[in-house]
Amino acid sequence: MSNLVTNIAGIEFKNPVLTASGTFGYGVEFADFIDLNRLGGFIVKGTTLHPRQGNAYPRLAETPSGMINAVGLQNKGVQYFIDHIYPQLKDYKTNVIVNLSGSCVEDYVTGAEMLNQLDKIPCIELNISCPNVKAGGMGFGTQPKMAEEVVNKVRAVYNKPIIVKLTPNVTSIAEIAKAVEAAGADSVSLINTVLAMAVDAEKQRPILSTVTGGMSGAAVKPIALRCVWQVYNAVQIPIIGLGGIMNATDAIEMMLCGARAIEVGTANFIDPAVTMSIIDGIDSYLERHGCKNVSEIVGALKI
Amino acid sequence: MKKYISDFKVVENSRLTERLFLLKLEPADGTQIQEIHAGQFVEVRVDDEPKVFLRRPISVHRVDKEKNQLWLLVQIAGNGTRKLSELSTSDKLNLVYPLGNGFTLSKGKILLIGGGVGIAPLLETGAALKEVGAEVFFLLGARTATDLVELNLYQQIGTVYVTTEDGSRIEGLDCQKGFVTNHSVLQSGKFDGLKICGPMPMMKSVASLVKDWTEMQSKERFCEVSLENKMACGLGVCLCCVEDTKEGHKCVCSEGPVFDVKDLKW
Repeated sequence: MSNLVTNIAGIEFKNPVLTASGTFGYGVEFADFIDLNRLGGFIVKGTTLHPRQGNAYPRLAETPSGMINAVGLQNKGVQYFIDHIYPQLKDYKTNVIVNLSGSCVEDYVTGAEMLNQLDKIPCIELNISCPNVKAGGMGFGTQPKMAEEVVNKVRAVYNKPIIVKLTPNVTSIAEIAKAVEAAGADSVSLINTVLAMAVDAEKQRPILSTVTGGMSGAAVKPIALRCVWQVYNAVQIPIIGLGGIMNATDAIEMMLCGARAIEVGTANFIDPAVTMSIIDGIDSYLERHGCKNVSEIVGALKI
Repeated sequence: MKKYISDFKVVENSRLTERLFLLKLEPADGTQIQEIHAGQFVEVRVDDEPKVFLRRPISVHRVDKEKNQLWLLVQIAGNGTRKLSELSTSDKLNLVYPLGNGFTLSKGKILLIGGGVGIAPLLETGAALKEVGAEVFFLLGARTATDLVELNLYQQIGTVYVTTEDGSRIEGLDCQKGFVTNHSVLQSGKFDGLKICGPMPMMKSVASLVKDWTEMQSKERFCEVSLENKMACGLGVCLCCVEDTKEGHKCVCSEGPVFDVKDLKW
């Protein structure tokens, strides 16, 4: 057994394997398949200040080695989370992280203020990168000034660590990462989904109700690796890598590029127990390579 | 209900028509199949097919408790189901199950209406209804008579009525030309409940036909439909398969696939 304990912004994770927001519900949906307490942590689905119905059906297109979704942050709002979900999650012996999204700065701030009251939530993941929400979400994550503003204002009201989730749909993700680091982010997670589109040639129509959506799955891993590597070379704060991780080898590749922890997303749909085999796979990789601590492979890419 | 990830072994794969095939599976480790409600489904992982990324949701056709077999009646609709149609005896198949809510079971005269491969979950549902003391009737629709498969199995459970769009007939059955909504048994019959699974236009036209029936108002869940919106996870977490109901978006995979037609915005 190698030491898998990972530290991000003062929070201890028993291993570097987390689950990505929007692919893992509130965690409890997976309790039949895995011991949630074995996870480094899990990130509950994207939550906004006010409830959202999300986009119209159809919301899904399958692509080679991937999928495109157009869910649009359907959720019941922060207050619902506090009243109904938090009590079910607070006693898990793992890090339960809330992914907070918004369509204006005020909503992020109010939501963060409310979440700040929750003792058992050690940090939030600020989603400034959802491609499926009009007038917001990704809008904040594509311009350094706006990214800085929202992180700054949330920083002022939220006392625990803030992870900022970044979009790959920009010219320079390193520039955005630097902007949120300067604004007080404690960590960045990347990548959110890749803006994409699917067409039905026979019907001559888009497959998704929103025409475009966010692509995830194995197909986006090379993009994610590139982004993690670029950001690793641009900022000092720890990086959580995600995007197309399907197995332990994918997770290790992400860590070699500089991710201190990783999130498993779409792979949960194909194998609801995949996180367990990723934890075990990282452990056996470390042993095979004579590493005592998982931190030894973070950014260890030989160039 | 607790859900499982399990490997199954193909016991039999028989092609019934050009597009329909029947998979008979048993647990690979020889254990008993976990409890499944009629109308629930499984998510099948399709291996070694690069064009297929997600699992395929497939309704449970029959659970043969004596032989410990799980039957899936599948229609070839794309790369995933085509790959499944090529499975050989003793090939392994990974399933996540049981998923979804299933049909409600009650006594009385229950008519099960199916079209196309939508007849699949109705076999297990008919059997389960019969077990609780219901009198079971089937109304099965197809384009042509040869598309109707396993009719003898349905007849072992209840009375079978049939419609074919081309008017082709099946000996010994009350077979009428047209759509299921044209069949006299539906138009004149008095039933205590309807369960429907089939193409969307078929389900909607039955729903609209029975909309004004007094039973629709007086009976809880008088008319239930099983939906098949495109889904990814099957667990209610990706929120892709939503149906717009009177109470907002609901996941077909976890809050369905069976809905009371009165709850839908049809």
